[in-house]
Amino acid sequence: MQARKKYIFLTFLVSWLLLFFFGGDQLRRFAFFSGRKAEARKNWPHWTDRTLLKNFADPEELQRDGDRSLLLPRERRAAWLSVYKNSRCRMETCFDFSRCEKTGFKVFTYPRERDQPISDSYSKILASIERSHYYTPNPEEACLFILSIDTLDRDHLSRQYVRDVDEKIRGFPLWNGGRNHLIFNLYSGTWPNYTEDLGFDIGQAILAKASFDTESFRPGFDISIPLFSKDHPQRGGERGWLYQDSIPPKKKYLLVFKGKRYLTGIGSSTRNALHHIHNGKDIISLTTCKHGKDWEKHKDTRCDKDNVDYEKFDYQELLHNSTFCIVPRGRRLGSFRFLEALQAACIPVLLSDGWELPFAEAIDWSKAVIVGSERLLLQIPSAVRCIHPERVLAFQQQTQFLWDAYFSSVDKIVHTTLEIIKDRLSPHRSRSRFLWNTLPGGLLVLPDFSTYLGDFPFYYLQHGSSPSEKFTAFIRAVSQAASLSQPILRLIQAVSGSQYCAQV
Amino acid sequence: IMCASAKYNTRGPALIPRMKTKHRFYYITLFSIVLLGLIATGMFQFWPHSIESSSDWTVEKRSVHDVPVVKLPADSPIPERGDLSCRMHTCFDVYRCGFNPKNKIKVYIYSLKKYVDEYGTSVSNTISREYNELLTAISDSEFYTDDVNRACLFVPSIDVLNQNTLRIKETAQALAQLSRWDRGTNHLLFNMLPGGPPDYNTALDVPRDRALLAGGGFSTWTYRQGYDVSIPVYSPLSGEVDLPERGPGPRRYFILSSQMALHPEYQSELEALQAENGESVLILDKCTNLSDGVPAVRKRCHKNQVFDYPQVLQESTFCVVLRGARLGQAVLSDVLQAGCVPVIIADSYILPFSEVLDWKRASVVIPEEKMPEMYSILQSIPQRQIEEMQRQARWFWEAYFRSMKAIVLATLQIINDRIYPYAAISYEEWNDPPAVKWSSVSNPLFLPLIPPQSQGFTAIVLTYDRVESLFRVITEVSKVPSLSKLLVVWNNQNKNPPEDSLWPKIRVPLKVVRTAENKLSNRFFPYDEIETEAVLAIDDDIIMLTSDELQFGYEVWREFPDRLVGYPGRLHLWDHEMNKWKYESEWTNEVSMVLTGAAFYHKYFNYLYTYKMPGDIKNWVDAHMNCEDIAMNFLVANVTGKSVIKVTPRKKFKCPECTAIDGLSLDQTHMVERSECINKFASVFGTMPLKVVEHRADPVLYKDDFPEKLKSFPNIGSL
Repeated sequence: MQARKKYIFLTFLVSWLLLFFFGGDQLRRFAFFSGRKAEARKNWPHWTDRTLLKNFADPEELQRDGDRSLLLPRERRAAWLSVYKNSRCRMETCFDFSRCEKTGFKVFTYPRERDQPISDSYSKILASIERSHYYTPNPEEACLFILSIDTLDRDHLSRQYVRDVDEKIRGFPLWNGGRNHLIFNLYSGTWPNYTEDLGFDIGQAILAKASFDTESFRPGFDISIPLFSKDHPQRGGERGWLYQDSIPPKKKYLLVFKGKRYLTGIGSSTRNALHHIHNGKDIISLTTCKHGKDWEKHKDTRCDKDNVDYEKFDYQELLHNSTFCIVPRGRRLGSFRFLEALQAACIPVLLSDGWELPFAEAIDWSKAVIVGSERLLLQIPSAVRCIHPERVLAFQQQTQFLWDAYFSSVDKIVHTTLEIIKDRLSPHRSRSRFLWNTLPGGLLVLPDFSTYLGDFPFYYLQHGSSPSEKFTAFIRAVSQAASLSQPILRLIQAVSGSQYCAQV
Repeated sequence: IMCASAKYNTRGPALIPRMKTKHRFYYITLFSIVLLGLIATGMFQFWPHSIESSSDWTVEKRSVHDVPVVKLPADSPIPERGDLSCRMHTCFDVYRCGFNPKNKIKVYIYSLKKYVDEYGTSVSNTISREYNELLTAISDSEFYTDDVNRACLFVPSIDVLNQNTLRIKETAQALAQLSRWDRGTNHLLFNMLPGGPPDYNTALDVPRDRALLAGGGFSTWTYRQGYDVSIPVYSPLSGEVDLPERGPGPRRYFILSSQMALHPEYQSELEALQAENGESVLILDKCTNLSDGVPAVRKRCHKNQVFDYPQVLQESTFCVVLRGARLGQAVLSDVLQAGCVPVIIADSYILPFSEVLDWKRASVVIPEEKMPEMYSILQSIPQRQIEEMQRQARWFWEAYFRSMKAIVLATLQIINDRIYPYAAISYEEWNDPPAVKWSSVSNPLFLPLIPPQSQGFTAIVLTYDRVESLFRVITEVSKVPSLSKLLVVWNNQNKNPPEDSLWPKIRVPLKVVRTAENKLSNRFFPYDEIETEAVLAIDDDIIMLTSDELQFGYEVWREFPDRLVGYPGRLHLWDHEMNKWKYESEWTNEVSMVLTGAAFYHKYFNYLYTYKMPGDIKNWVDAHMNCEDIAMNFLVANVTGKSVIKVTPRKKFKCPECTAIDGLSLDQTHMVERSECINKFASVFGTMPLKVVEHRADPVLYKDDFPEKLKSFPNIGSL
C-alpha cells in the first residue's frame, strides 16, 4: 500500500515537472496565467484638455431648477390621484391620510356575517387585529379597514374560495373604492399560471399578500407577508431551535433540500434541477415526483430511484442538522419552507427569483438569508462553502431574532404589518431600518416613546454611546399627605444625597 | 473550490508526527526538488515578460476632440423605450458576470467617439467634465476591465448626464449601434438631469430598452426597484468650496431655505412659516443687485442682506430641499456638505442610494401637503437625535456625494452586491459614520441564548511538566457535575505524557493533546475535541477551587455566555506619573480582568483568539511567554463591549508554599512585565477596551445565616 502510494505520488510529480518545463509556454497562453500580461491595460485616456471640459450643467441652471411647469403643485398632486391608481397606487395617491389625523392610527374590522364561513387562519388574523390596541369598533374613527370576507385563499379550485366577492364589497357602504382598506391574501391564482390575480377588484386597497412578485408589488404601498400554515399559533409561538452558538457550525450537513420535483408547469425549471447538486455527503438534495393525482403520467427515468432515496431521510431531521437550507420557489414564489427554515436556524438559501421578501420594507434580509439566483443553482454549493464561520454564526443568530420578533405567531405577523403601515403615516416618527433589524426588534421599540436611539436601553453598545450618568428618583407614596412624616423625608434625603441623583 | 476566505486549519497545532522519520526525510527531499524546479521554471518563463508588461503600461494622451467620428444614418435603429417591468432576473444577463473568488463585477467602458448625423452635425456636446471624471474613476477602480469579452457591465462613453444637452432620437441611435448593445442588456447609463420642459419626466427620455439606469430624480413610478439605481444630482460646488465640518449642535437658524426660483406656491407657504416663527426661519433667494463679477451661484439674499452660499447653510439646523421642475436637486448635496439636516419636500421622490442608505437617520421627509406643519414636526425631534442626523448628513456627503468618483463607486457597489449577495456590504458599513464604526461594538454573540445546562463544559488544562499537581487538578475538576470532557494540552515536546494507566480515573472522557511547540496560545486553540460551548480554562496548579465554586461559575456563565467568567480578578489603572497603564493585583474595590488560570468562556473566543487577534499580539505573547490571559481579556472586552464577571470571594489561588518561593523582586518584575503587556495591547487595539466593574457574583444564600444543607452551593471558599 505504502509503496503504491509513493509511486503514484512520484509519477504525478514528474509529469507535473515535465509539463512545466516543456509546456510552460503554451500554458501561459491559455487562461492559466492569463497571457494578457504581455499587453498594456487600456485605461480610460487622460485627455490633455480635460481641465477645459464644460460642466454637465450650467451651475446657475442647476441651482435654479425652478418649477416652470404651468401646473401648481396642488394641481399636480390632484392630477396624480386620477392617474396613479389601482396597479400604480402609492400611499400619496390611494390612501386618505386625513382619516388618520383626528384619532390616530385606528383599525376597524367589518362585522362578521353569520352565513359566511371563515378559515382558521383568517379568523386568527381578525382576532389579532381585534386584540391589538389599534382596534376600534367604530368605523367613524377608523383609519384602516379590514374586510370580514375571507380573502386568504383565492385559488378558485380551493374549497375555501369565497365566490362573488366583487358583489359583496360593492354592497359595503364603507368600501369607498377600497381606500384605506387592507386585504390579506396567502394564495392567489391557480393551476397552471398561478397569477397574482385575486379574482376580484381590490381597487385602491393595500394588499398584504404572501408570495408577492416584485413586478406586481406596489412599492411603499403593498406589504409582502410570509406564507404561514393554518396551525401557526395565534400568539406566543414556539421559539427558534438554536440553543447554542457553535463555531465552526458543526452540523452534519452543509446544505439540504427535500421536496417535490415538478416535472411540468410553472416553477418546474428550478425544482427539476435541484437534484444536480446532491452529493450524498454534506449536500443532500432529495426530490420526489409523487404529487398530484396523475404524477405517473409525466414520470421520467429518475423518478423511481429518487422516490426511494426520498424516503430515506426525514425532513425534520434534515432541518435540524443542516447549516443551510435551500428554499426554492414552488408553484408560487413563497413556501412554508421559508418560515420552517428560519425557525430551525437553518440559513435559507432562496431560489425564488422576483420574490418580494416578507416585510422587506422593514427587514434587511441580507443579514439572515442567502438570496440565490434560480439561474445560478450550480454556484450555490461553492458560494455557501466560502462563507466564513463567523458570518454563518451571525446569520444563524439573525434568523432566530427575526423569527422570534416578527414571525413566530399570527399576532406578530399581523402586528408587524400594522406597524409598517403606521410608520408610513408619519415618516418623521417612524422606525429607522436599524431599529427594525436589531434586537429587540421593531415591535418592541415604539417611536411614540422616542425616535432617538440613545433613549432606549438596547443600543448603547452598537451605537457607541453610554447611558446617562444620572438617575431620576421616582417615589411612590401611599401614605396620606397629612402624615407626610419621617420615613418618606428620610428616603428623599437619602436619595438626594447620592451624587448621581438628578431629580426626585 | 476557490474561496476568497483563508482556509482554516481545523486540526490545530497538535501535529503529532504521523509519518515515520525515514519517510519524512524522503518526502521533504522530494518536495524541495519540486519547489526548486518550480522556482526555476517561474524565473525562466515569466521573468522577462513581466518586465516587458510593466514598461508597456501607458496612458493615452490626446485631446477629446481627437476621436473617431461615427456617422449615424437617419434610418439606423432606435432601441425600444425603457421596459418598466425589468428586474435583475428578467433583463440582466447574470451569466456574463460569472463566479469569481473576488466577487467583483467587471466593467467595460466603450471608447470615446464623436457621433454625427447624416448632415455631419454633432449629435451631442463633447463629454462633460463630470462624465469624464466618472469614467476615469471606473477606469481606476477594481471593477474595470479593458477586455470586452470578460465584462459583466458595459458603460457607454456617450454622455447622457443632462438630458437637455442631447438630441434624444440620435443619442438613442448611437446607443443602439454599440458593439455589445444587445437590446441594452447589462448596459449602465448615468443620468442626473432627466426630462425636459414642459413635463419634466422623472427618468431619462432616451429610449434605452433593457439598459440599467443610474438616475438622479426618479419618482416612485419610474424607478424600477432592485434594477435601477437612484443617484444624487452632483453639485459642482462640492469640488470648489471647502466647508470644514462643523461640530453638531444648535445653529443660529432653525429652518433655512436657500433655493432660488421656487414655485410661487411653495414660496408663499415658506413665507407664511417665517411670518409665524420669526427670526428662526430664514428664507433666501436670488440676489438682484449684485455687482458685476460676483457669481450669482455663490450669493443668496434676504431682503437687502447678502449671504455667502453655501457657507450660510452651516448656520442652520434644518435646510429645506424642495422639488423644482425635477425631483432631484443639487442643493441636497450642498446641504449635506454643510452638515445641515435636509428636510425633503418632494412627494414620490426616490432618495439617492435609497437601496442601501437609511435616510431616516440623516433627513426628515415631509409630504408636500404637510408643509404648513413643518415647524412643529421639526420641533418634535429630540435635540440629541438632531445632532446625530447632522453628523450622519455630513457622513453621507463625504462617502457618497462629494465627487463623481464617490457617486459612481457607490453605484457600482450596489450593482455588485445584487450579483454577489452573499458577499454584499452590510447595512452598518454603508450607514455608520467612521466615528460610530470606531466606537460601536457588534457583539458576535448578540442573541441572548441561555445554553442548556445539560451541555456542560469542557475543561482545558495547560500543562508542561507538573504532573503531580496536574493530577490533583484533574481529580478536583472531575468532581464538578457539569463537566463533560477534560482536555489536557501537553505543551512539553521533550517529554512524553505519563502512560495511560497512570492518569487518574475520572467519569468523563479525558483527552491529551500534544502540541508541536511550547506556545501559550495553544491553550486557546479551538480544538475539534471541544464539543461544548463553555470552556473552562484552568492552570495545572489551581488546586484549591472546590467543586461547588466551579459548578456555580458555570451556572453564572450560562446566564452570560458572552463574558469571561472567572475567579482570580485583576485591575488595570492609569498611572498619572508615568502616563501609562499599570497592572494591579492587590485587593481593590474594582475588577476589570479575570485571569484565565481559572475562567469560563465561550469557545468562540478561542476561535477569535487564534484567527482574529488584532495585530501581532498572538505572536508577541508566544514570544514573551506571558500575558496570554490579558490578551484574552482585551479580545473579549473589545468584541463584546462588556465587562468580565468575577465569581465568588476567593482571592488567593496559589498554594501557600508556592508563593513563598517567589521573592519580592521576582514579583516586581512580574508586575512590570504585566503592565507592559497592558500598554502594548492598548496600543495595538488603539483603545482601552477593558471595562471596570465594582460587583461580583456570589450564590444567593452565600454567607446568610441559614442551614448549610439547604444551600445549593455550600462549599464556597472564603479566601
